[in-house]
Amino acid sequence: MSGASLIGKARRRVDGRAKATGQTRFADDVRLPRMLYCKLLRSTVPHARITRLDTARAQAHPGVHLVLTGESFPVPYGVLPVSHDEHALCQDTVRFVGDPVAAVVARDEATAADAVALIEVEYAPLRTFASPADSLAHPEPRIHDYGDTGNVHKAVALQFGDVDTALAGADHVFDDVFFFEGNTHLAMEQHASVAARDADGKLEVWSSTQTPHYLHRALAKALAMPAAHIRVHATPNGGGFGGKSDPFNHEVVVAKAAWLLDRPVKICLTREEVFYCHRGRHPVLMRFRTGVSNDGRITGIDLQTLLDGGAYGSYGVASTFYTGALQTVTYDIPTYRFRGCRTFTNKPPCGPKRGHGTPQGRFGQEVQLDKIAERLRLDPAELRLRIIAPPDSLTANYLRIGTIGLAECVRRVVASSGWAGKFRALPLGRGVGLACSSYLSGAGLPINWNDLPHSGVQLKLDRSGGVTAFCGATEIGQGSDDVLAACVAEVLGIEPYDIRLVTGDTDLTPVDLGSYSSRVTLMMGNAAIEAATRARDLVAQAVSRRLEIPLARVAFQGRRVFDADAPERGATFQEAVCMAEAQFGTIGTTGSYTPPRPAAQFKGGGVGPSPTYSYTAAVVEVEVEPDTGLLLVPRVWIAHDIGRVLNPTIARGQVEGSVYMGLGEALMEEQVFRRLPSRLSHALVHKFPSMLEYKSPTFLDMPEVHTDFIESMDPAGPFGAKEVGQGPLLPIMPALANAVYDAVGVRVDEIPVTPDKILKGLRLKAAGKPARVGPASFPDNVPWPEPLLVTPPWDGGDGRASNAPARTARRAADAGIEGKAGVRR
Amino acid sequence: MNEPDKVRLVLTVNDERVETLVDHQETLLETLREGLQLTGTKHGCELGECGACTVLLDDEPVLSCLVLAVECGGRRVATIEGLASGGALHPLQDAFADLGGSQCGYCSPGMIMTAKALLDRHPHPTRDQVKAALAGNLCRCTGYLQIVDAVMKAAR
Repeated sequence: MSGASLIGKARRRVDGRAKATGQTRFADDVRLPRMLYCKLLRSTVPHARITRLDTARAQAHPGVHLVLTGESFPVPYGVLPVSHDEHALCQDTVRFVGDPVAAVVARDEATAADAVALIEVEYAPLRTFASPADSLAHPEPRIHDYGDTGNVHKAVALQFGDVDTALAGADHVFDDVFFFEGNTHLAMEQHASVAARDADGKLEVWSSTQTPHYLHRALAKALAMPAAHIRVHATPNGGGFGGKSDPFNHEVVVAKAAWLLDRPVKICLTREEVFYCHRGRHPVLMRFRTGVSNDGRITGIDLQTLLDGGAYGSYGVASTFYTGALQTVTYDIPTYRFRGCRTFTNKPPCGPKRGHGTPQGRFGQEVQLDKIAERLRLDPAELRLRIIAPPDSLTANYLRIGTIGLAECVRRVVASSGWAGKFRALPLGRGVGLACSSYLSGAGLPINWNDLPHSGVQLKLDRSGGVTAFCGATEIGQGSDDVLAACVAEVLGIEPYDIRLVTGDTDLTPVDLGSYSSRVTLMMGNAAIEAATRARDLVAQAVSRRLEIPLARVAFQGRRVFDADAPERGATFQEAVCMAEAQFGTIGTTGSYTPPRPAAQFKGGGVGPSPTYSYTAAVVEVEVEPDTGLLLVPRVWIAHDIGRVLNPTIARGQVEGSVYMGLGEALMEEQVFRRLPSRLSHALVHKFPSMLEYKSPTFLDMPEVHTDFIESMDPAGPFGAKEVGQGPLLPIMPALANAVYDAVGVRVDEIPVTPDKILKGLRLKAAGKPARVGPASFPDNVPWPEPLLVTPPWDGGDGRASNAPARTARRAADAGIEGKAGVRR
Repeated sequence: MNEPDKVRLVLTVNDERVETLVDHQETLLETLREGLQLTGTKHGCELGECGACTVLLDDEPVLSCLVLAVECGGRRVATIEGLASGGALHPLQDAFADLGGSQCGYCSPGMIMTAKALLDRHPHPTRDQVKAALAGNLCRCTGYLQIVDAVMKAAR
């Protein structure tokens, strides 16, 4: 076995050349002979029954090949099995401005757009629900005919230990309400899809999807076709951030159209349509009641969250649980009650955006800790060092922590930022703030519960010396391809460039669940190492026999296979593969990865488990202009427990990209809505579905970033690695809000922190009032269910709820893919 | 079917003479991507907001989604496809690939063409000059810093 020759060294990523030369083929770059183009007619009203839909003029328009309506799509689909609530085109109800009603396929985009304008549709308006408060107050009319009650999609309640007694006995109880506004992914690439029938007549789809496996499943269900007759290619994504993780209506529409017409059909969404696809950050109102002892230890937390889900389910049930799942993985919380509620509203559906459900709760918790530290006269860094969760432990909510490098992260940013000389010490208008976080390295349970691996890798080695790695993983910019190549190359002692990659192709590659939940490096990486180790074993045996080298001494390095004790005795890698092929026949190996079984046995315990967690600490420095509230961020210091750095160039890019996106959320990004004037339709519309008005940071807004990595060498990770794509975003928003308080003494308890809010706080402060800007209260009309009562591990619990029947054994492995009919089997 | 009248367009693309037919309302972006199948040039908004479609028109960086193709007769267009020469990548391309300037790679062609225009005029820019020159190009992946690193390296 070689020493690590690649891992940890800065390298050009394997897809670097393709990207810098413009040769990466994104979905909209796919062009096929005889290709037609699709445009969607989208609803102009937020909530209505469709009373008339006449497509005759569109059908007759020159150049139009097909017009589709909801009638062609009777079978619902969705990403979560509990929320199959979408149809590719609306049936009889539209639920938000932008909901697709009809589709036109024509010879070119302009013709399709012209024909879309000829479709006549009439609506009978229904009451519009613009906010969770609306949805809680008015159960009728229901936006969906499923969900918990009225317009509540899902309300959940979990309790771990006697939190009420813990709060009652605490030295202090902090009770704070926070709000986190919704924002969107804004990936540079607009969603695009091309569908065609191949020469055999089977369906083939190229799409900008982060989750080809889920698209594959959704197409099979929605089109009532055998999954084995559908091939999905996930083209490299021009950015995803969670925004391309759902199966989308436009993907189903072009697939159906291509099937019917037997011609390729393409759709590329406009930027405005991308804002309607959304699935971004849920707006979340939250209330943290936290009991604290005089020395800063937390005795218990009672958390309530209220999510504005938008018009469809998407990942929303998981998002709801995630607003309360990971607090315990960061800090030692002996008792905990979490209640979360997601409401439907008539807006584009919310879903997973980088950090999926955790940034909102993380913001509230970290700002509240800043308040706690101040009240207890503790340094915020010292407070956190006192309460960090212990390694190799089980939390109150039965999440299994492995390595935890958070204390070292805190110490590192305290040192690098010069915290001691800055906190509460900078002149008025300048300040620093600190926050911490943790995140999954892949979800421990699959979305479609089954006993199948989460990631698979196949290798082919042949006499050319070539190695091909096949994996369903999807390159979205995060470096998925590079991790795959690096893991295989490291084990086989060759170069990443030597490996040909076939990824994200449901015909050719074993299933990988997709590029979401920060799962790819850990899960695909482990599968790749297993496959490569099996291949190496075959090659080693053959070389050992042929060259008479003791098996234990056969080493792989520098494209050679040799005697570790006498390196001149050996063969080139190609010769070694030939020896193996001669001895064993064709060389192909597989590897797969299935996460360990979670400890939680209660309903809802499936959200939060992970093979291991990453940890981050950050210090943000701000400059606030006291007369205007203008806010600038000159510097950020961040330290991330990454387990192990695989490629420092990519890892640093993930951290800096997270800091960037976190600052965008903290400072300016808002997916918000307004009513059109009454003389128009009074419809609830997106305030600014354009890239110009949806403000995002530019080169000129980006601060200096000092990045440190803590290498905790987690035994669960490939070569010790954890995730790095999402966790580093999480502390940025609360650290910034805490820094604003340090700078001008104003608490902005909501995101984004904008100059007008700071100015409002400054005026309150000048008037001698509490200088706090944020939500006043949490509603008292949420229909909370009785909490599931789960005894924490240290009180003798076994992970089950005491007031609910034991969960039935998992459904025997579902077929992996839902097949023909529209019902779940 | 009434086909709109097409206009014959002769221009130079990546140092090669190109002759093609375009619609009156067609943008240079569409001509490059659809007509000439030079899909290296990307689009993120088609409204002049994101910079992804930047190409050089007579050495000036322009947003090709805002330029009508019919304006380009007799002019020189440079796209990402023409940047590498003699089998070697342009120093900007090497630097982007080596230093993390590209993650998803979607903004990279526009970013690199904008940076080329800067370096052609200012071979040794400061970091602030690089940021100012590229401020009209959005990137959602990198946080921009490795892009600045890459341009600075290419300038050395």
